[in-house]
Amino acid sequence: MNQFFDAIEFIFNEHESPAGGAQVGGLANMWELTWEHLQLSAASLAVACAIAVPLGLWLGHTGRGGFLAINASNVGRAVPSLALIAFFVAYIGVGFTNLTLALVLLAIPPILTNTYTGVRQVDRDTVDSARGMGMTGAQVVRRVELPLALPLIFGGIRISAVNVVATATIAPLAGVVTLGDPIINVNTYGDEGRLAAALVVALLAVLTELALGAVQRAVTPRGLKLEGGSRWRRLAIAMPNNRREAPT
Amino acid sequence: MSPLLAQVQIRERTEDSCVADNGFCPGWIADNFDRYVDPFFQHVLLTVVAVAIGFAISFSLALIAYRRRWLINPVTQVTGVLYTIPSIAAFFLLLPITGRGFLTATIALVAYVLLIIFRNVLTGLDNVPDETKDAGRGMGLTDRQLLWRVEVPLAMPEIMAGLRIAVTTTVGLTTLAFFAGAGGLGEQIFADINFKSNVVAAGGLAVALAALLDGAILLAQRAITPWSRATAVR
Repeated sequence: MNQFFDAIEFIFNEHESPAGGAQVGGLANMWELTWEHLQLSAASLAVACAIAVPLGLWLGHTGRGGFLAINASNVGRAVPSLALIAFFVAYIGVGFTNLTLALVLLAIPPILTNTYTGVRQVDRDTVDSARGMGMTGAQVVRRVELPLALPLIFGGIRISAVNVVATATIAPLAGVVTLGDPIINVNTYGDEGRLAAALVVALLAVLTELALGAVQRAVTPRGLKLEGGSRWRRLAIAMPNNRREAPT
Repeated sequence: MSPLLAQVQIRERTEDSCVADNGFCPGWIADNFDRYVDPFFQHVLLTVVAVAIGFAISFSLALIAYRRRWLINPVTQVTGVLYTIPSIAAFFLLLPITGRGFLTATIALVAYVLLIIFRNVLTGLDNVPDETKDAGRGMGLTDRQLLWRVEVPLAMPEIMAGLRIAVTTTVGLTTLAFFAGAGGLGEQIFADINFKSNVVAAGGLAVALAALLDGAILLAQRAITPWSRATAVR
């Protein structure tokens, strides 16, 4: 237990580095690392959303490319994040931009799959009545399919966000100094620094999950909430080979 | 300083020009393939043990929660937090308690798969049509017989889908298990992360393993649910 107290102490007070010279630890140092961690995660997530949401809406609306959209997350899961980042380091190079690109690739599949599934799940009768009211294709997407798909879209963003925050921990391997720095450069920060970083990363991931969960609930249209179903169902991610999946 | 975190430049020991230029060298991979064999089997062992234990725990929890519905929310919340904590953080949080090695890595990996399997088993059981259950009861099946002969077999597609997600995810997370001192292919990737041939060989083996285990479960599912194959062919 003492090691946990030392780690918490490390977060609040500066220490001399075990390697000598520099001061490490303390709130200023931890915040610096956390801020870089957040910037990297937010940048990757924003780019991934900008690509995956419009693409998923379009594929879902037209009903094209279902195989691609559904299997994106299966393929994404099979590529280990460490392998993906190592591939970028070896072939493209280190640095914030390159790493952001790698994390974007990591974040796209869940958002794409969930956006596609979300749009396809919208009741076809609802879409038909929207068309019957004279809505154009773009209006159907914006006013009917997008709002009704929002809970699933944010479910995907939530999965990606937690995944990106977790993976940003190994960013120091690509030269970006995030909260993973005390974990990977343990001789600079010491054992208590490493444990402190692990605590903060875990906390950050849980806070990300809770914050996006709250957003997800807030964007769920009231009509969908009334439909009920227990809370855990809303966490559902798109599953391959689910026999209830709507035929496309 | 821990020997694990010492970056070893494994390519400096050779004089091959492709290797010296840090190209992608199939020849080097072929010559050095034996350095990946042990980590590969460590990787397989970690993945299979973690998923097997995780499956045993979450399958049991799901069967209990299926009858006692009030358990669903608390179990989902607890396993949800375990699922959210990044495994790399979990390895180091466990280190002061369980020490470096296989045990620490396994605990963190098991914690991660619980939610995935629990949720899928429960979805599968809930999707069994009421008429089918009524028919079973009408034939005189007891609750236990109904569960094992009707509900669990009919829930197999969802259960197996959960298992596939769990296995591919665990193969990916196991690449980080070397941080907990448990070896695996990640240790090889980390050993020389700038060397293209090394990254492709170790990373490629991890992807291949995920695909292989995923395919194996798919085949097992086809074998134990022959009726679903009959409907799939149209």
